[in-house]
Amino acid sequence: MTFLINNFVELTVTGLVLGAVYGLVALGYTLVYGVLQLINFAHSEVWMFGSFAAVWVTVALGVGPGAGVLTAIGVLLLALVAAMAVSGGVALLLERVAYRRLIRLDAPKLVALISAIGASFALAEIMGLRDRIAEWVGLRETLDPYVRSARDNTRFINPLETQGVFTIGPYTVSNVDIIIIVSAILMMVALDQFIRRTRTGRGIRAVAQDSEAAALMGVNRNRIIRATFFVGGVMAGAAALLYLMRFGVTRWNAGFLLGVKAFTAAVLGGIGNVRGALLGGFVLGLAENYGSALIGSEWRDVVAFLLLVVILLFRPTGLLGESLGRARA
Amino acid sequence: MTQGKASPDTEPAASRSMAWGPRLGWDRGVLARLVTRLPRPVKWVLIALLVVLLYALPLLEIPIISTPDTDFGAVLFTVASYVLVALGLNVVLGYAGLLDLGYVGFYAVGAYTVAVLGSYQAQLSWWLLIPLAVVITTISGVLLGAPTLRVRGDYLAIVTLGFGEIIRLTALNTPWLGEAKGITGVPRPPSVELFELPHLEWEGATAFVDLDDTTTFLSFGVADQAPYYWLALTVIFLVLGADRMLRLSRIGRAWEATREDEDAAELMGVPTFKFKLLAFASGAFIGGLSGALFASRQGFINPESFQLLLSILFVAAVVVGGAGNRWGVILGAIVVAYLPERFRGFEEWRLLVFGVALILLANFRPQGLIPPRRARRAQKADEELEALEEGADRV
Repeated sequence: MTFLINNFVELTVTGLVLGAVYGLVALGYTLVYGVLQLINFAHSEVWMFGSFAAVWVTVALGVGPGAGVLTAIGVLLLALVAAMAVSGGVALLLERVAYRRLIRLDAPKLVALISAIGASFALAEIMGLRDRIAEWVGLRETLDPYVRSARDNTRFINPLETQGVFTIGPYTVSNVDIIIIVSAILMMVALDQFIRRTRTGRGIRAVAQDSEAAALMGVNRNRIIRATFFVGGVMAGAAALLYLMRFGVTRWNAGFLLGVKAFTAAVLGGIGNVRGALLGGFVLGLAENYGSALIGSEWRDVVAFLLLVVILLFRPTGLLGESLGRARA
Repeated sequence: MTQGKASPDTEPAASRSMAWGPRLGWDRGVLARLVTRLPRPVKWVLIALLVVLLYALPLLEIPIISTPDTDFGAVLFTVASYVLVALGLNVVLGYAGLLDLGYVGFYAVGAYTVAVLGSYQAQLSWWLLIPLAVVITTISGVLLGAPTLRVRGDYLAIVTLGFGEIIRLTALNTPWLGEAKGITGVPRPPSVELFELPHLEWEGATAFVDLDDTTTFLSFGVADQAPYYWLALTVIFLVLGADRMLRLSRIGRAWEATREDEDAAELMGVPTFKFKLLAFASGAFIGGLSGALFASRQGFINPESFQLLLSILFVAAVVVGGAGNRWGVILGAIVVAYLPERFRGFEEWRLLVFGVALILLANFRPQGLIPPRRARRAQKADEELEALEEGADRV
């Protein structure tokens, strides 16, 4: 208990940072669920590919921590774009390979889940075997900095040096903390506006409400589904870079636990609800941090899952309710 | 109604030919009709032969089937325990339609009961441990089901997933349960060493009896795993019998009604919650039994053996085979458990291949390898309705 009180500020800030990442990944689950009522199990791999894209950009540019602030920001922006593009691309590929045929056949949800599980395995293994694949194509030497130690942790060298900005009590909030929390909120607002104001956003809401009626009204359902996957993927890409800035390593199988947590966040906030995703992420991040401070960090994941179970039992539609289509948001 | 052995005499001839049309009938139609046409004694002999073959499998060491890289008896046991788990999950997922992503939790409870009470905290006898494990797992199923089964379909998946993880993490963090280092010296089934059974040795297509390579009948040791396979196989037969009785009873019909339309079932007077809970408990029963067998074969367990991934593999086994059809589910379990073992030589690539295979199976055989007969009938009926509607349009 004293540990919690003494470190309250630090736990809160790191909890919010973690929650921001959960929330951005949760968006992918929430969007796809809102439109298709499917648990997109392979979304964690979309995130994982984005994280590797961000790492590879910094490796390719060879920028270390010594660079100037402007260079660092430039590199980070490039990494962000690369991560978003790769994640968006993988999400589109996923839709094409694992989902499109099943959606067209109107197959049972369970079958789509199995297909997504298969895709999740395959994508993770492709990343874990990238050294073998490179060897196979004969590019092992050229690609060495990218495929070396395919099964180990891959480090991300953050070109931006971590600096304290201001101090609350005993904890100094760093620039990285601020960047992560602020950009997550900004992206969430942008997505909210996108869904609320643009044509595609209106299409997404229409398909989420009633996909058949939407199709009759001239909405191209397949295009909307692709757009949904792509937007979810882009958000996961952004989450990947933010995650790396704070935690610094990624791994071919890092997606799994993060994916489960992010899905938990989505359910917490009310799956299908875009604003709920960020709220759920923050709540989950904070609860994990406070909980592990109270009863020991080895119980961190138990706290997360217990929170989920309790919320679902007493408020089965999540904190904000499920409403990609219904609400104005 | 799906039935194990085809018994078409319960259905009118017209619906039979519909269900077993040439397009869908590759997996059962021809074979089933052939078998049903045989006189009864011949059928019994065939079944007996099949059973004997299954029991003799580890001794035969048939060239292509048996695994070159690992002990075949051990692989067969793994396959058998997957089959057992899949049969249990099939009750929950296939019959009652409840997506349980934390099924490994029951498996873990069964295994941990045997390990903790048999070695770590007490030294009970194996004969006492197995029923105890089953009872405790069933109780845990009821305790877990009572709050969660009120949650709607998709959420049930994630809640059960959460519980599966909670069980594993609790074992990982509780000193009383052995924490991460696990529990060693789990009691093995008591051995009665009666006689030696020789294995076969193959050279090309000819087989020799190899008297040097023998399995002691019912000696549950470390090296030779065939006796564990025989034990698991026997349990599978018992479970299959119970499964058939349940499915053909009022309970089975209630499950089917609940799965197809919960509201309608409730209106017709089926207490759906009670039956869902019963399905959960039956599933937990079988899962716990399987976990208990696993622990006493392994001799050593730790939380690593009960990863979330395993739950997902179990669900994959059931769905790939055809949820609701127990022969399909058995086939699915064999596919999921056996193929990775058979191709252990390609260790690195096998999970990639497995993932791709899952995508292909889901996309091109969405009803499962052997779909329940009901599903096939429903599909046929749908198509006929559609044809009728189109015909009406044209008039």
